[in-house]
Amino acid sequence: MTARFQITHAGPYVSVQDGGRPKLMRFGVPASGAMDRLALQAANLALGNPATAAGIEVSLGGLALTCTEGAITLAVAGGGFIVEADAKHGSWVVLTLHAGQRLIIRPGPWGSWAYLCFAGALQTGHWLGAAATHALSGFGGGKLATGGSLEIREPRVNQALNGAIPCPIFARPRANLRVTLGPQDRFFTADTLHDLLSSRFALTTAYDRMGVRLSGPALHPAAQLNMPSEPITRGSVQVAGDGVATVLLADHQTTGGYPKIATVLDCDLDGFAQLRPRDAVTYQAVAPTQATALARAHAAAQRAYLLALTRPR
Amino acid sequence: MTRPAFRPVAEHGVLVEFAEKINDAAYAQVRHLDAMLASHGFAGFVESVPAYVNILVEFDPLLTDHSAVIQALHSLLALKSAPATPTTLREVLVCYDADFAPDLPEVAKACGLTEEAAIAAHLAGDYAVFLYGFAPGYAYLGGVPPALHLPRKAAALRGIAAGSVIIAGAQCLVTTLTMPTGWWIIGRSPTQILRPDPAHPFLFDVGDRVKFRRISRPEFEALR
Repeated sequence: MTARFQITHAGPYVSVQDGGRPKLMRFGVPASGAMDRLALQAANLALGNPATAAGIEVSLGGLALTCTEGAITLAVAGGGFIVEADAKHGSWVVLTLHAGQRLIIRPGPWGSWAYLCFAGALQTGHWLGAAATHALSGFGGGKLATGGSLEIREPRVNQALNGAIPCPIFARPRANLRVTLGPQDRFFTADTLHDLLSSRFALTTAYDRMGVRLSGPALHPAAQLNMPSEPITRGSVQVAGDGVATVLLADHQTTGGYPKIATVLDCDLDGFAQLRPRDAVTYQAVAPTQATALARAHAAAQRAYLLALTRPR
Repeated sequence: MTRPAFRPVAEHGVLVEFAEKINDAAYAQVRHLDAMLASHGFAGFVESVPAYVNILVEFDPLLTDHSAVIQALHSLLALKSAPATPTTLREVLVCYDADFAPDLPEVAKACGLTEEAAIAAHLAGDYAVFLYGFAPGYAYLGGVPPALHLPRKAAALRGIAAGSVIIAGAQCLVTTLTMPTGWWIIGRSPTQILRPDPAHPFLFDVGDRVKFRRISRPEFEALR
């Protein structure tokens, strides 16, 4: 059995994503995977799929599909997108689609990324063991293109799953970013560090899967630097020579020669990714011990929420 | 400042820094700690990312924390290296034809060499993989002969083809993606650094030695 969809519209940055390909940074390969990892897992678990199975990451550019063959139950989670099929829904919903029906996912009141997962096996390319698309190279499952198609093998129809998926509070956009300072905070003056922690910054439209540039007070390094290239992570707040900070995200470069004034806690990044250009952010410095405590509390809340999704509703 | 410095990176990492500036001793310490992590690891260890003067050590914050990791790293740093295993020598093919090497005339001129002498100098280099960085498969090779050392260009050029052999300072790199670069483009290689073999997806390991071998245009065309 197969379900097929024709892609009647795919905006920029709509791509196949999954749990990503970790542990390859030493080869220049970032983990990639969903920008909002919680939302991808919620959509999968609501269907009874493995949590990090491959799905479609929908950007603010939106996605429109027509089911051309078969029938399938599917889930959309992440952000406050609008989902049109049999009726108009918000994202965080499970629906069943039949041949001839259209599915439209477009931006709604909030959020930058939504995830479309299917009850079945999405047929997609893999690279280094993952379907996650690395935007820069296009390796992995790849970007979706208008006019293309999607194929899902072994599609399941389970009308009993249809209905809302609860959207937890920690899936909302996160404007207060907890950071550890550094690892190159020593290259900035006390005044600049004070500016970092006391000012409001805003996301700019220079926002893609590699990272997002922020506007706000300039954060000039204290001296002209000639640092050796060194490792970068998802969440690094890297400051270029012009004093403008970029927060590195899922498809980040793995090394760079600009100083990192701070690093956003990973547990805040799913929420951060759901902000939109022009949204404000503030930074709050935490000690390493607080950082691990926050990460553990976040993981526990997320685990309890995801576990509840796997119970019969 | 006591060395190494251990710098926290969010809830999931420690950057172990052996020096501020590139030097052989610091890089040897990076390689040593990387090898110790590969052979011994520690509870909660996820991955390590070696660079020139520092190494990022990533861990699972549900299983351990910064201070336990720093303690484990101190123990690993105190371990003696196993006898050095011979490093692998990798061969990378390169074609220096003019359309593959748009910067070769300027590189030769700036270095006071003929183009053939610049090619000979590049081929004579004894290279080693210092680290991967920036993008998938971008292996930074140290060992460009001093006669070819040039600062990078003032501005990056966009859309440089994958497989371009590029140099800047003591570094050489064979690109794997079509990307902008401010380095000097002196040739094109058909040697795949990103490989289709899932068991061995990257040509080099960090530490491998590399020699370039010149090939003709017909050989290049036959291999690509």
